[in-house]
Amino acid sequence: MTAQVITVTSGKGGVGKTTAVANLANALAMDGKKVVCIDGDIGLRNLDVVMGLENRIVYDIVDVIEGRCKLKQAMIRDKHYPDMYLIPAAQTRDKNAVSPSDMVRICNDLRPDADFIIIDSPAGIERGFRNAIAAADRVLVVTNPEVSAVRDADRVVGILEAEEKGTPHLIINRLNASLVRNNDMLSAEDVLDLLGIQLIGIVPEDESVIIGSNRGAPVVTDGKSRAGLAFRNIAKRLQGQDVPFLDLDQQSGLWGAIQRLTGRK
Amino acid sequence: MNFFTRKKSASSAKERLQLVLVHDRTDLTPAQLEALKDDLIKAISNYIEIDPEAVQIGLERDGREQRLVADIPLRSVSRHRAG
Ligand SMILES: Nc1ncnc2c1ncn2[C@@H]1O[C@H](COP(=O)(O)OP(=O)(O)OP(=O)(O)O)[C@@H](O)[C@H]1O
Ligand SMILES: [Mg+2]
Repeated sequence: MTAQVITVTSGKGGVGKTTAVANLANALAMDGKKVVCIDGDIGLRNLDVVMGLENRIVYDIVDVIEGRCKLKQAMIRDKHYPDMYLIPAAQTRDKNAVSPSDMVRICNDLRPDADFIIIDSPAGIERGFRNAIAAADRVLVVTNPEVSAVRDADRVVGILEAEEKGTPHLIINRLNASLVRNNDMLSAEDVLDLLGIQLIGIVPEDESVIIGSNRGAPVVTDGKSRAGLAFRNIAKRLQGQDVPFLDLDQQSGLWGAIQRLTGRK
Repeated sequence: MNFFTRKKSASSAKERLQLVLVHDRTDLTPAQLEALKDDLIKAISNYIEIDPEAVQIGLERDGREQRLVADIPLRSVSRHRAG
């Protein structure tokens, strides 16, 4: 077994990186995969609360790097999936406590015992971002269908290409189908055309995402959530399966139904 | 703004992003592009007669590739001869 290292990044903050990491990890674990998540957002630790593991933290990634504990000791086992682990970020340290080569070394140590290592990148294109992409076999760029998020995503794609990290795959998060239909939000096609990279998933705007984070139970575990389904599909694509993209029009509601009836769609 | 006459915002978002992204990707500001155009017109005019007003130059995208595209109509030589 040798794990694939997947880094989730975005450029702009708050677009849904941490949400994506927590959900993809849970979805992969639900498919029986061994998953290790690494919170790369040093100083702004968040993945622990989104995954509901904040009370179990003893050691963090900087403790590993500085030799205060063994790698295994910093791996927090999930409550529901015994084959899923989190290595938390340090909360009190600055991001210079970690270097790209530290990340490569940690991932190499983890690779033999996992199927997937998923790294949550901080926003921006600084040191923390460099650390997060250092060991990546594959990078997922998250964006929202919104001008500043798309612009920053394009910068990140350019940097990844310049660094020969390969062309990343795109997750379009928080798509609001009725706004798109009303031509008041960039459509998935628009975003893809602008960024010119390959799509790996479209996640709808969905309040169950927030409810899931509140509970520390990512939304993939909610069988009825459409965002959950979207993340489960991305997890399948990461495993090499060919899953068709969701028809987001299904959730269009009354207004969409009227528009379709009158042929205005 | 009137709801019925207002231009839909997604279209202007896309148009604006198209422009911003080519300039971000090439590190070329619109002002620099203007300067490049002037230089190009000067250089070409040393060899062949052109109409500076008609010169069009711009950046185009094709997927993740950028292209500098110039359309430079030549002043008709035959007309000069006839006259
Ligand atoms: N599909 C969605 N529908 C609704 N809310 C969402 C969706 N995705 C993310 N959110 C919400 O958006 C907020 C930001 O998400 P998240 O923390 O995952 O972003 P981030 O990119 O990790 O941010 P940062 O750059 O600060 O690390 C959270 O409150 C989250 O619950
Ligand atoms: Mg985050």
